[in-house]
Amino acid sequence: MKSMQHLFGIAQLSAAQIDYLVNLGYSFIDVNRRAIKKAPTLRGKTIINLFFENSTRTRTSFELAGKRLSADVINISAATSATKKGESLLDTGMTLAAMQPHVLVIRHAIAGTCEFLADYLHNTAIVNAGDGAHEHPTQILTDLLTLKQAWGTPRGKVITLVGDITHSRVARSHLIAAQKLGYTLRIVAPKTLLPAEIERYGCEIYHEFDDALPGSDAVYMLRIQSERLTDNCAFPSVREYHEAYGLNRKRLNMAKPEALVLHPGPMNRGVEIATDVADSVHSHILQQVEHGVAIRMAVLTALCAGQDEAVSETATEAEA
Amino acid sequence: MIGIHRGGAVVADRIERELAQQHHILRGNLDISFYRDDLDTIAPNPEVRPSELPFDINGKTIWLIDDVLYTGRTIRAAMGELFDYGRPAAIRLAVLVDRGGRELPIHADAVGLTTRADPRMHVELMHDGAWRVAQRQVKS
Repeated sequence: MKSMQHLFGIAQLSAAQIDYLVNLGYSFIDVNRRAIKKAPTLRGKTIINLFFENSTRTRTSFELAGKRLSADVINISAATSATKKGESLLDTGMTLAAMQPHVLVIRHAIAGTCEFLADYLHNTAIVNAGDGAHEHPTQILTDLLTLKQAWGTPRGKVITLVGDITHSRVARSHLIAAQKLGYTLRIVAPKTLLPAEIERYGCEIYHEFDDALPGSDAVYMLRIQSERLTDNCAFPSVREYHEAYGLNRKRLNMAKPEALVLHPGPMNRGVEIATDVADSVHSHILQQVEHGVAIRMAVLTALCAGQDEAVSETATEAEA
Repeated sequence: MIGIHRGGAVVADRIERELAQQHHILRGNLDISFYRDDLDTIAPNPEVRPSELPFDINGKTIWLIDDVLYTGRTIRAAMGELFDYGRPAAIRLAVLVDRGGRELPIHADAVGLTTRADPRMHVELMHDGAWRVAQRQVKS
């Protein structure tokens, strides 16, 4: 199996690499539940979280992941960084890389930021923690870990994804992962929040939420990102949106009896999801948060690990 | 009694079956992948799994079980992991095969078979019905 130097998106990973990372994450769940939440795996490694967009959950999750594996973790947010003083993105990246970190975790509003920087920073592994509306690989891997725990495998399952697909990097990552891993994605969105040519991902498109629910194994609700909805035509009122595209108890009952409710957070109760649904036994939203730390531990470990395969795979079969 | 994943866990299961009639034994398994000292050269094995220690190890005497004892680095890693779960009263080591070649001051308290294998050989415990020890040449 090819090892990775950077993690830009789910698009670069084979199904085998995805399974490897999800399984590694599964093994890390236990470390997070112990009394002493510390393993020496990344002792002596330095990780810099460079966040140009606000994020509490993803940044905290990366920070905990690094610290629980004994790495040294530095957080830099754009508000306090040199960018405010006029430094270019590339200069910020090269300056930090000159301090010799092993991993740079980057969130930026512009798609492709990580690939751009990777061309210049040669000895630093880069993790994409969300780049514009492009990808968010550690979120999709987190979701896949939650699905692995619930189902074993997502293959053959039906996941209904609802909300602002145009601005959602989580949606894009799921569209790519569904094809690689063999699950069905039903996309539910008003036409104004649906990107052009989405059919090429091989997903099913619905404009009526109620039509998509029967037979769904999971319902994945996306947050309405009002900060990205700058043009007023795309979005009706909050109440109207909740009526048409919010997940309430009545709608949840139309999905399969054991259906999971997922949300990448932060959620807006009363907008895309009703409070009783968010707190129901179907909700796996807090498991997603817990698994997020474990997956980020897996990604950091995989990026810091050497390239060799385990001994048993290099041994030749000459039995004595 | 705590088996080291994978071979040690199999041996521990077998010992547990022998002793279960007379003794009540607490069982656990460790996967030491995250405590290895060679992450810089070798990526974690794809078959990594969670450690399972469903009991409090504080103040208990732990028998650590492995199939083959070689450099001692696995045992060092296992002891490191155990101390992240608590402070046992004592840790003892039982292995089915001691093949020599220690790189650390580690010694087993109970050994099934002692042998001296060439460093170029890979020693593996096979358990396809009967138990046997296989040696095979490793590249370079």
